[in-house]
Amino acid sequence: MKNKILDFSTLDQSLLKKLDAYIDALEGDRQEQLIHVLHHAQKLFTYLPHNLQLYIAHALDLSGAHVNGVVTFYSFFNEEPVGKYTVSVCMGTACFVKGADKVLDRILKLTNTKKNVMSEDGLFTVKDVRCIGACGLAPVVTVNEKVYGNLKVKDVDAIIESCRGDEHVD
Amino acid sequence: MKLVEKMIACEINGIKVNVEKGSTILQAAEKVGVHIPTLCHLDLHEVGAVNQNANCRVCMVEHENRGNLVPSCAEKVTEGMKIQTDSLKAVMARRTSLELLLSNHPQDCLVCVKNLDCELQTLAHEMNIKEMRYTGEKMSHPVDLTSRGITKDSNKCIMCRRCITMCNDVQTVGILSPLKRGFDVVVATAFHLDLGDTSCTYCGQCVSVCPTAALAEMNDTPKVWRELNNPKKHVVVQVAPAVRAAIGEEFGYEPGTITTGQVVSGLRRLGFDEVHDTIFGADLTVIEEANELVQRIESGGPLPMLTSCCPAWVEFIEHQFPELLDIPSSCKSPQQMVGALTKTYYAEKHNIDPKDIVTVALMPCLAKKSEAARDELNKDGLADVDYVISTREYARMLKEAAIDFRKLDDSSFDLLLGESTGAGTIFGSTGGVIEAATRTAYEMITGKELKDVNFKKLRGFNGVREAEVKVGELNLRIGIAHGLGNARKLLEDIRGGKSHFDAIEIMACPGGCIGGGGQPFHHGKTDILKKRQQALYNVDANAKRRKSHDNQMVIELYDNFLEKPGSHLAHELLHTNYAAKKRI
Repeated sequence: MKNKILDFSTLDQSLLKKLDAYIDALEGDRQEQLIHVLHHAQKLFTYLPHNLQLYIAHALDLSGAHVNGVVTFYSFFNEEPVGKYTVSVCMGTACFVKGADKVLDRILKLTNTKKNVMSEDGLFTVKDVRCIGACGLAPVVTVNEKVYGNLKVKDVDAIIESCRGDEHVD
Repeated sequence: MKLVEKMIACEINGIKVNVEKGSTILQAAEKVGVHIPTLCHLDLHEVGAVNQNANCRVCMVEHENRGNLVPSCAEKVTEGMKIQTDSLKAVMARRTSLELLLSNHPQDCLVCVKNLDCELQTLAHEMNIKEMRYTGEKMSHPVDLTSRGITKDSNKCIMCRRCITMCNDVQTVGILSPLKRGFDVVVATAFHLDLGDTSCTYCGQCVSVCPTAALAEMNDTPKVWRELNNPKKHVVVQVAPAVRAAIGEEFGYEPGTITTGQVVSGLRRLGFDEVHDTIFGADLTVIEEANELVQRIESGGPLPMLTSCCPAWVEFIEHQFPELLDIPSSCKSPQQMVGALTKTYYAEKHNIDPKDIVTVALMPCLAKKSEAARDELNKDGLADVDYVISTREYARMLKEAAIDFRKLDDSSFDLLLGESTGAGTIFGSTGGVIEAATRTAYEMITGKELKDVNFKKLRGFNGVREAEVKVGELNLRIGIAHGLGNARKLLEDIRGGKSHFDAIEIMACPGGCIGGGGQPFHHGKTDILKKRQQALYNVDANAKRRKSHDNQMVIELYDNFLEKPGSHLAHELLHTNYAAKKRI
């Protein structure tokens, strides 16, 4: 496991160059800007594998433990690969009382996956998230950037189908 | 005109007290003799470790003016503040905080390595907790037994973060961080790597400050008992200088009591066949190191030469400054020198097959355990040192054997690898190694007798010290650092070409080996470290011989075996090399 984490050659080298350029262009205290760097890295690589986290730690002269601590603190950051579609089910109080758990169950069943684990076909990662601030639309699900509100369990099938058929538009 | 900082008036339990601006309630209470229980709080400001996260909530007190509860360790005193530490509200709040911590703590105290030395257990007793009122989900983490020095059982962690303060702020090694959040939070290594796979130096300072047994030393006593019970094995032990200045604390002696004679007798009573003194190895190290320094000065470098007796420091430079690996001395540590000589010189003299010899080292240190396991520190496949036990482990073995340490008569080391000087003795304190080396280097370089062996400007407790010592025509520029964060500062200056030293001593632990990770717990009292330090300097002051090269048995060793400092055989047995390592 140690050697895998220390091996940066398995990372996409062209993306790594872009990340280097981003870090080089940072002004001021770089260590203070860890979260920006992580955001940018996730945008480039779609997720933050362990060796990429260590690469960033070395680049900013931070400890690997510190970087890993920040990555695991924020639910926005993914340590595992994510599917083409990130389906986030709001579990805030309003959504929960209006049946978000049943919506989540249905989505997991349809995508044949577990929470936070990419589906085998690489299409879906399903997450339960804290309140996204759209309580008036409860229960709410987002697929990438698109928001679906006032959902009923049976509505879910069509949403997932549209993703499968590549008809989903952000 | 001197500006007088305005004092702040407050009341603790109705007692009026004036405190300096910026003082905490806890400090104000201490000033008037009011005790407030604490757990996560740790104030080792002399070594730069102040843990003031207020996250255990065990020190809650009532703020009368506001009518609410505040954590006394972190809340600053304000003018006119009235605090009650023993109101029903405060007492119950502290109790509940502790009960909640206990609800998620394994209850295996009877067989826990920290039994009777655990701050959580002590508090539970002091707060009169006789039943577990809360039950609920418990943490379930695998126990990390992968490193030779330190064990990590996160299930016993109470998230006080003292270890993180030590590892990140004081030692700047940065192995530990809180990962995840909420109930899932765990103080862990990066990516949950095994401790043995990280850049951990095994200095053990995290263990020194852990209030529970979440971080503890690897228990090697069962292995040592097994060897002692094996009639075919000739079991030899060596004792580090710092052990004799601290172990008394485990048996009720005042900190700073020297108990060398009792330490040796205790080891004989446990069944060790021969007792060597690591100070003999320290004296030998001084001669080899001084010889190397003189050679480097004469041949133009590389300088500065860094001492290499501290294994945590060696791990640190290998991981953090791999480009500087040409500057540490190539000398093995005293422990490894004594081990190597036990299996060669001693074995030859006593006509014992080295394969039948087991070498045990009694050390104030946990990094010594992993040093002994380093691949390169062996001869013909036989490790220089087979097992290392800490001061605490030795105390436990004595208690286990029902040996009353206080009643033990004095006994002396076996002579062959047992003679010592005052110079080797002060190896246990920050500044001691370089002072001992300077005494010898002086006479090597000038060829004249050194009249006053006391280099007082090399002594002290400041984290980084610099001094110039006149050695004949030469001005020897000396640097000293203890604590790895201080070492980092020195190394960064060297790398940046900002400082020019000839010789530098570095010790990983605050205070040097007297503050090692295997020593009796000081529970946050740094004056204990200073007493241990003073004790070693007192031994030196009263020693018959105070220069390493006057050690008669070391002279005999060179005459009969090694020939001369830096000889081919000396290099084979007493010197080593270092490897660049990746930082995780």
